[in-house]
Amino acid sequence: MRDFISERARAIPPSGIRKFFDLALSMEGVISLGVGEPDFATPWNICESGIYSIEQGGTSYTSNRGLKPLLEALSRYLREHYSLAYAPESELIITTGVSEALDIAIRAVVNPGDEVLVTEPIYVSYPPCVTLAGGRAVPVPCPADGQFRLKPDCLMEKVTGKSKVLIINFPNNPTGAVMRREDLKGIADIVTDHDLLLISDEVYAELTYDGSHVSPAAIGDLHERTITLNGFSKAYAMTGWRIGYLCAPRELCDAALKIHQYVMLCAPAMAQVAALEAIRNGEEEKDRMVREYRVRRNLFVEALNRIGLECHVPEGAFYAFPSVEGTGLSDTEFAEQLLKEERVAVVPGSVFGDGAAGHLRCAYAVSRKDLGEAVLRMERFMGRLKA
Amino acid sequence: MDEKDLLLLHLLEENSRLGAEELAAMTEISPADVKCRIAELENERIIRRYATVVDWEKAGDGEVSAIIELKVSPERDFGYDRIAERIARFNQVRALRLITGAYDLQLVVTGKNMQDVARFVSEHIAPMDRIRETATHIIMKTYKENGDSFFEREGAERLPYSF
Ligand SMILES: Cc1ncc(COP(=O)(O)O)c(C=O)c1O
Repeated sequence: MRDFISERARAIPPSGIRKFFDLALSMEGVISLGVGEPDFATPWNICESGIYSIEQGGTSYTSNRGLKPLLEALSRYLREHYSLAYAPESELIITTGVSEALDIAIRAVVNPGDEVLVTEPIYVSYPPCVTLAGGRAVPVPCPADGQFRLKPDCLMEKVTGKSKVLIINFPNNPTGAVMRREDLKGIADIVTDHDLLLISDEVYAELTYDGSHVSPAAIGDLHERTITLNGFSKAYAMTGWRIGYLCAPRELCDAALKIHQYVMLCAPAMAQVAALEAIRNGEEEKDRMVREYRVRRNLFVEALNRIGLECHVPEGAFYAFPSVEGTGLSDTEFAEQLLKEERVAVVPGSVFGDGAAGHLRCAYAVSRKDLGEAVLRMERFMGRLKA
Repeated sequence: MDEKDLLLLHLLEENSRLGAEELAAMTEISPADVKCRIAELENERIIRRYATVVDWEKAGDGEVSAIIELKVSPERDFGYDRIAERIARFNQVRALRLITGAYDLQLVVTGKNMQDVARFVSEHIAPMDRIRETATHIIMKTYKENGDSFFEREGAERLPYSF
C-alpha cells in the first residue's frame, strides 16, 4: 500500500502532552490546573435561549456569514467596547470557535514559503495552522523579563524579506500577558513599515483585570491590515458551543468567507442564538466571572511566589506562568513529578515553544477550594525538593 | 463606597468567614485596610450581620415555613410603616416586605408545624387593626435560597488538560 499521509499532515507534531493526559486519566483525585477553559457552566439564560431555539425548530443551516441579528449585535458591541469599526454585512464572519477563524484567516493570506511571525510562548495551534497552509512559523521571543510582552526590538530581529504575517494573542495563553496601548504602538509602526498583515487573537479580551483591553485594529492605521479574531468561549464560559468570529476589512473578509463556506458552511445555528443572548444579556454574569478570576489570580499568584515558584502578575486570561528555575528540575520533569506525587496537573511551558521552557502553565479557572488544595500540594512538593 | 468596598461585600456575602489576610490578598489591599473598611461597613449597617445558609430540611428539623400575604389599610401620615413595624417584632416573622399587586405586605413565617403557623396567623396577625385580608401559602419545598441552589448536580466531566 502507498503511504497516504500528506507531507503537511506529517509535518505537524502530535500533542505535546499526550503522555500526561493518559497518566492523569488513569489516576484518581487529580486536581487539574491544566485546563484552558472556564470552570463555570454557561450562564443559564444563555443555555435557555439555545434550548428554546432548538424547540422552535431552529436546527437548520444559517447563512454562511452567520445570523444577521448576531452580526449586527457584534458590530455594535465591538464599536462600543473596543472602538472597532466592522460592518456586519461585509466585514464579519461567525465561525466555529476562534479555532476555525484562525485557520481560515491564515489560509486566506499565507502562500507557500511565506514567513509568519508568531510570539513565543505561543498558543499551540498557531504553528500547525501555518504549516498546513504551507507557510513557515517564525517564533519571536517574548521573555519573562519583559513581562512576556512583545517588544519592538525582538520583533525587528526576526523580520525578513519573506515575512508576511504577524500573529499575536493578548491577553496571552499561556502567560496571561497583556499589551498596553504604548506597547502596541511600537509594534504597529513595524507592522506598517514592513507591510505586514496582523492577525490578532483576542479571545481573552474580556478577561483583562488591570485596565481595559486595547484592540490593535483601533490603533493608528492598523485597521486596514488587521484580522481581528474573538469569540464566546472564554468570556461567557461557552467553550462547548463553538462560536467565534473573524473581523477584517472587506477584501480580506471575502477571502476568508470563501474558505469558511466550503469547509464549514456555517457555525452551529443554536449556538449562534445562544451567543446572541450572551451579547445582549450576558454582561452581568460575565462581570461576575471576571471578578472571580481576578480574586483567584490574586490568591494564586501570591501563593506561588510564597512557596518559591517565581511568578509575574498576569494581567489577563486565567493562566499563571511561574518559573521552575532554581528547583533543579526542567518544566517537564516538574510537571510529571508533581502529577505523580501530588496529583496536581499543570502544563509544562515547553509545550508552548522552546522559548517557553522553564515555566509551568497553571490555569486558575478552578474553584477557590480546589485552587487552595492545589497550592497545599504544590507547597508540599516544593518542600521535598528543597529538603 | 468604592470598587474595593463592593468587592469586599460580594466576597463576604458569599463566605463571611474569610479572614482579613485572605481578603487582603483577594482584593489587592492591605489587611489593615480590609479591617478598617469592614468596620466602616458594619458601622454604617451596610453589613447587617454574618449568617449561615442552612438546608433545614436536610438537617431533619421539621420546621414549617409559610408565605403570608396581607391586605392592609394604610394609616394617615404613616402609610404601612407603623403596622409593618409591629408585625416585624414577632420572632416568628423571618422576612417582611411591602409589595405591589393584590396584597400589600408579604411575610415569611416559621413554626414547629402547620398548626403552629396557622395559629400564629389567626391569633396574632389576622386580628390586628387595619388587616383586611390574609392569604397563607405553606412552603412545601425550598429549591433555592439566598442565591444558593439546593440541587445536587454532578458537573459535566472536564478533560484533565486542554490548551
Ligand atoms: C489563544 C487561544 N486562541 C484560540 C482558542 C480557541 O478558542 P475557541 O474555543 O473559540 O475555538 C484558545 C482556546 O484555548 C486560545 O487559548
